[in-house]
Amino acid sequence: MSIAQRTADPRRDVRAGPAGRPAVEVAHLRKTYRELVAVDDVSFAVAEGEIFGILGPNGAGKTTTVECAIGLRTPDAGTIRLLGLDPRADRDEVHEVVGVQLQASAFPARLRVGEILDMYRSFYSDPADIGELTEVLGLAGKLKDYYKSLSGGQRQRLSVALALIGRPKIAVLDEMTTGLDPQARRDAWVLIEGIRARGVTVVLVTHFMEEAERLCDRVALIDGGRIVALDTPAALAARARGGKTVRFMPSGPFDDQLLTGLAEVTRVEREGQHVTVTGTGELVSTVILALATAGVTARDVRLDSSSLEDAFVKLTGNHLDHEQGETS
Amino acid sequence: MTALSWPLPRPARRAAFGQIVLNEARLARRQPASLIGGAIVPLVLLVIFGLIPAFRQPAANLGGLTPLDVYVPILIVMSLALLTLFGLPMPLTSYRELGVLRRLSTTPVPPSWLLAAQGVVQLCLALAGIVILLVTSVAVYGTQAPKSPGALMLSIALTAAALFPMGLLIASVAKTATGASVIGRLAFFPMIFFAGLWWPRELMPGVLQGVSGYTPLGAAVEAMQASMQGQFPPAAPLLVLAAYALVFGFLAKRFFRWE
Repeated sequence: MSIAQRTADPRRDVRAGPAGRPAVEVAHLRKTYRELVAVDDVSFAVAEGEIFGILGPNGAGKTTTVECAIGLRTPDAGTIRLLGLDPRADRDEVHEVVGVQLQASAFPARLRVGEILDMYRSFYSDPADIGELTEVLGLAGKLKDYYKSLSGGQRQRLSVALALIGRPKIAVLDEMTTGLDPQARRDAWVLIEGIRARGVTVVLVTHFMEEAERLCDRVALIDGGRIVALDTPAALAARARGGKTVRFMPSGPFDDQLLTGLAEVTRVEREGQHVTVTGTGELVSTVILALATAGVTARDVRLDSSSLEDAFVKLTGNHLDHEQGETS
Repeated sequence: MTALSWPLPRPARRAAFGQIVLNEARLARRQPASLIGGAIVPLVLLVIFGLIPAFRQPAANLGGLTPLDVYVPILIVMSLALLTLFGLPMPLTSYRELGVLRRLSTTPVPPSWLLAAQGVVQLCLALAGIVILLVTSVAVYGTQAPKSPGALMLSIALTAAALFPMGLLIASVAKTATGASVIGRLAFFPMIFFAGLWWPRELMPGVLQGVSGYTPLGAAVEAMQASMQGQFPPAAPLLVLAAYALVFGFLAKRFFRWE
């Protein structure tokens, strides 16, 4: 039985929320664009108050999945329920309770932040307080600024503010940290935890393993339009960490078979003068040792891991605790 | 969402429609391209024509009207055409490009409201432009006041109804705001030629004048000129305008894209 089949049952692993029903239910979703199958038999359920991650490489079908879920696209097959509502048939009710942050959406350059917020606020019957929302999101001093003068991070925060302005029960955030520098990304994570602390169910689309690991209660890993794994991040990360990458510049020529023959090595790639070896276990020492037996030394050795980003934040200053204080 | 729909605003959300109109009005003021094209350019042309003494003398070949009298309806039509063929499609296309319409369709408010708000703002600009134009021409340059204001308003309304869906169609065909302005120009210049901007209809050779009567802006000028002189406009130009409104209304409804 494949992993996809094991996780196909949407009710599996769902902890019932206070109301005893999942906030989001997607069953056997299928969406094709002409010949291209973008999403194929995707099923999952998100409990109320959960942060649920949809993780996968670019073009995996993540955005199509959430766009079907929020009613922006009509699925070819499958059923979707948000708090028991059909996103297309019950459009008005769904849009009252679901706040959305879209991957590619901008606003007119010559509108001020406050004007955009006021307008979106008027769309909802029980909207949030702008002062409080912009305080939490660090936009309080920006209300009079034109949209075009905002930085990338500020635009993202405005986009999140607009997703939350209707006091949604479900927030769908698509790639909200893409394009942000590591510090801004960590600020966004604190923000998402703050959203959940208010009882909002969060569906988070991302292609950063680290982000999913930090934030999500459970993660659906999507590839080629299918869910290939659905589990807690700890369990998924353990699988993902199975692979390490070592990159180096050899001092002289050597045969790839020298490395591919090793039990620890799964793949060897060359790019210019550099060699990238993917594998498991004590990869670095095994590779260096094998090269040494052939009289080759490895220079400029780099081990790729997400801890590089952590190091970046430690070096550039620890704003995390400060931001946490603001959002709690 | 692909088809154009016109849901009536629910009373509870009229405030939302007001907010959208307010922001569109702010944008029209801050990016005044359509304000300038629709309201100021026709007025400047009127002032320039008014400075030419010959334009204020009745001319036999114009049936005793002054050239300025002939140009007032042409400038009204020009204002309407600039606002609907440029002022309307350019922001709509850029909103689609930016994802504004998509973002709006995830809220309780349908994106068609933004379109309606654009229509309201452009129409208000057009009406303000027309009123200023008429008042200036009558008060400053002594042109004839509209003798049949009701017929003039009907002609203006039908002209707007024929041009508005053309603007929407431009917004549907164009992928970018730049593309919309190119298509707008391709549509505007031949149409405004037949309206008589360079060569008033009264002086056109018979064949050209006949063709002009079947173009939207030619028919519009014909209907408005008749209204200015106190006749109820003949049926032909009004029917031509209504036909354009129906055909382009259908095409716009069929082809307008939100994404």
